[in-house]
Amino acid sequence: MAVPIAYSVKNLTARKGTTLLAAAGIGLVVVIFSAVLMLAHGFRKTLVSTGSLDNAIVLRKGATSELVSSIDRDQAAILKTQPEVAVGSDGAPVAASELIVIISAPKRSNGETSNIVVRGVTPDSLNMRPVKLVEGRTWTPGLSELVAGSLIASKFKGCGLGETVHLGGRDWTVVGLFDAGETGFESELWGDAEQVMAAVRRPTYSSVTVKLKDPAGLDTLKERIEKDPRFNAQVQGEREFYDKQSTYIALFIQILGIFVTSVFSLAAILAAMLTMFATISSRTAEIGTLRALGYPRRSILLAFVLESTLVGIVGGVVGILPAFALQYLSFSTTNWTSFSEVAWKFSLSGEIVAASMLFAASMGFLGGLLPAWRAARIPIVDALREG
Amino acid sequence: MPPLLNLALRNGLGNKGRTALTALVIAVAVVSFGVLQTAVRSYYQGAEASAPDRLVTRHKVSLMFELPMAYRDRIREVQGVKAVAHGNWFGGYYQDQKNFFAQFAVDDSYLDLYPEFVLTAEEKKAFLSERKACVIGEKLARRWGWKLGDSIVLTGTIYDGNWEFIVRGIYRGRDRTTDTTAMLFRFDYLNEWVKARYGNDSPVGWYVVQIADPNAAPRIGKTIDAAYADSTAQTLTETEKAFQMSFVSMAGTVVEAIRIISFIVILIVLLVMANTMMMTARERVAQYGVMKTLGFHAPHLVAIIAGEAMVISLAGAALGIALAYPVISVFGAFMESNLGAFFPSFTLQPGTVAAAVGLCAACGVAAAVFPLLTAVRLPIAAALRKVN
Repeated sequence: MAVPIAYSVKNLTARKGTTLLAAAGIGLVVVIFSAVLMLAHGFRKTLVSTGSLDNAIVLRKGATSELVSSIDRDQAAILKTQPEVAVGSDGAPVAASELIVIISAPKRSNGETSNIVVRGVTPDSLNMRPVKLVEGRTWTPGLSELVAGSLIASKFKGCGLGETVHLGGRDWTVVGLFDAGETGFESELWGDAEQVMAAVRRPTYSSVTVKLKDPAGLDTLKERIEKDPRFNAQVQGEREFYDKQSTYIALFIQILGIFVTSVFSLAAILAAMLTMFATISSRTAEIGTLRALGYPRRSILLAFVLESTLVGIVGGVVGILPAFALQYLSFSTTNWTSFSEVAWKFSLSGEIVAASMLFAASMGFLGGLLPAWRAARIPIVDALREG
Repeated sequence: MPPLLNLALRNGLGNKGRTALTALVIAVAVVSFGVLQTAVRSYYQGAEASAPDRLVTRHKVSLMFELPMAYRDRIREVQGVKAVAHGNWFGGYYQDQKNFFAQFAVDDSYLDLYPEFVLTAEEKKAFLSERKACVIGEKLARRWGWKLGDSIVLTGTIYDGNWEFIVRGIYRGRDRTTDTTAMLFRFDYLNEWVKARYGNDSPVGWYVVQIADPNAAPRIGKTIDAAYADSTAQTLTETEKAFQMSFVSMAGTVVEAIRIISFIVILIVLLVMANTMMMTARERVAQYGVMKTLGFHAPHLVAIIAGEAMVISLAGAALGIALAYPVISVFGAFMESNLGAFFPSFTLQPGTVAAAVGLCAACGVAAAVFPLLTAVRLPIAAALRKVN
């Protein structure tokens, strides 16, 4: 027969201070655990949605990012007319020849400067990417005007609507804001490619992105372009490209996640153990009474493991609450591969909530095992003497 | 041994299991605090290593843009400037894109401006007399097992193609903070390639300006920048430290996150300590009662209880520091081979150890507040009721 569950639950409220402290310890671990998971999840989400499956990006051979790549106009023209490239309703190929320039701008929060991508784009760029204008208007061709991703607009001085940034000896006015969902384009400024080229006196594009008729056409296109002696180029799927762009950040988040999870959980398990040992030693008489009433050792073990698991769950609930608030925060840093600012949101999912709760409960469970086992082994006679 | 200390020690060792567990939690926390703080310090090391008598002149808009070679002589003529050298970011990789480390194409006088890169006279000579020669830091050499005379082939990302270099020198760091994960090679070699491809001399990534008097840095910086205020390539001249910091602040948020986490670890220590001390106080009510009856006053109780908390927390800290050294050396080796370019020299610094001990002691004191309140407020009669 089992000890009533109510016994374990009541014990939680019998010593509120100790229960709360132990739960707070586990809660703190859950805060960090869930925050790291959200960071990784948000980052993945941003990456996966930045690249589309049916886009291919062409860079100069050996270039690891758009920044160090160059494709000249003739090559760009030939690339657009490849048979694998999709054709729009107007009969023209759907392709964007773009130029990447980096400028440094000060952050609104602390004035520190960081690198921001200015992307010189063509009209097709807007249709090929998950971007829509939400405020103001688009740039006028031939003028020094830009539109800014809404994330960058809020984070950097000069990037907000109506403000100006300096590039290539001119001032560029931000005339519109676009929303690019949770993609990397949120961290960019876009303007007319020809204007940007003229301003930085650079006659070549950085990259050409083409929309494929069929994603399966990527391999044939890659094969043909990379073998063509007229080109010195490499072709990759856009998603694969953005995936590679994030190697260091992803690796870093991974290392941090593994480290934090393992070390912190060890600390939390030990803390739960400590609490349970104390609980049990102060309740030896109770345990003796329960045994004398005929409850078997197994039930005692179960009752205390349950209690410890409950402490873990309380900690989990306390620790997951800040995670909901974290969703409204975005995290931004310089991507070490592309040397420019990338921002993404902490993103919460049902899986993360479940994983955090499970994590908290198992910390309580594991912390409770040893003390509960000790409780179950207390000789009845000695235990009753304590009372 | 003074009686109070004796009591504190005995109490600390009284409940062996609990003390051991608490100390273990503290040790785990100290280890992770050590690792995280070491990562933060290692990241900011580049800025620490900079010299006060060096300025860096770069393109005003961003480092991605280059400056004309012609600036060199004009900078050299500015009053207070001792020497000028220049460097270019090469940005190649070894075998795989993941294997990133810094490579700079530098002119012949560059090494003279960096006395912290220790090379023998023969190595310096060899570097200056061969087109494909390069010098590499000892950490970098260790990472790939490169030796003097080895040939290294890098794939260029900015200057595309495969580039062959011959290791003619392996430099050691003069100071603890010197970054020895970089590679320097000859600017001539790069310039040849640029000339062959574009028909003109290669522009320069940045100028390193050595000045006679560090206090004159602001004036000299302004003078240099004013000279190019109207040209197409405007400059920004700042101290080497500010230049390094602008790099470092790029990923500042990531590092700040690590820093925050390292302090949350300490908060966990505080919670666990407080919990332990609370439980202890609850069990010791009778003891406090007896002590009060015997004429011990609040200050004595304070000394005994706080002493006990200190014994536990410092024992934990000591254990943690003992464990931190091997953990950090293993973890550091892993970091250096994966992210060595961003976290050079992953070693535990005395400052980190001191901070850990200080924080643990503070936690011990803070945690002692609970039992103190219990003990000091305790009515003697109520306490004695519990004595068997």
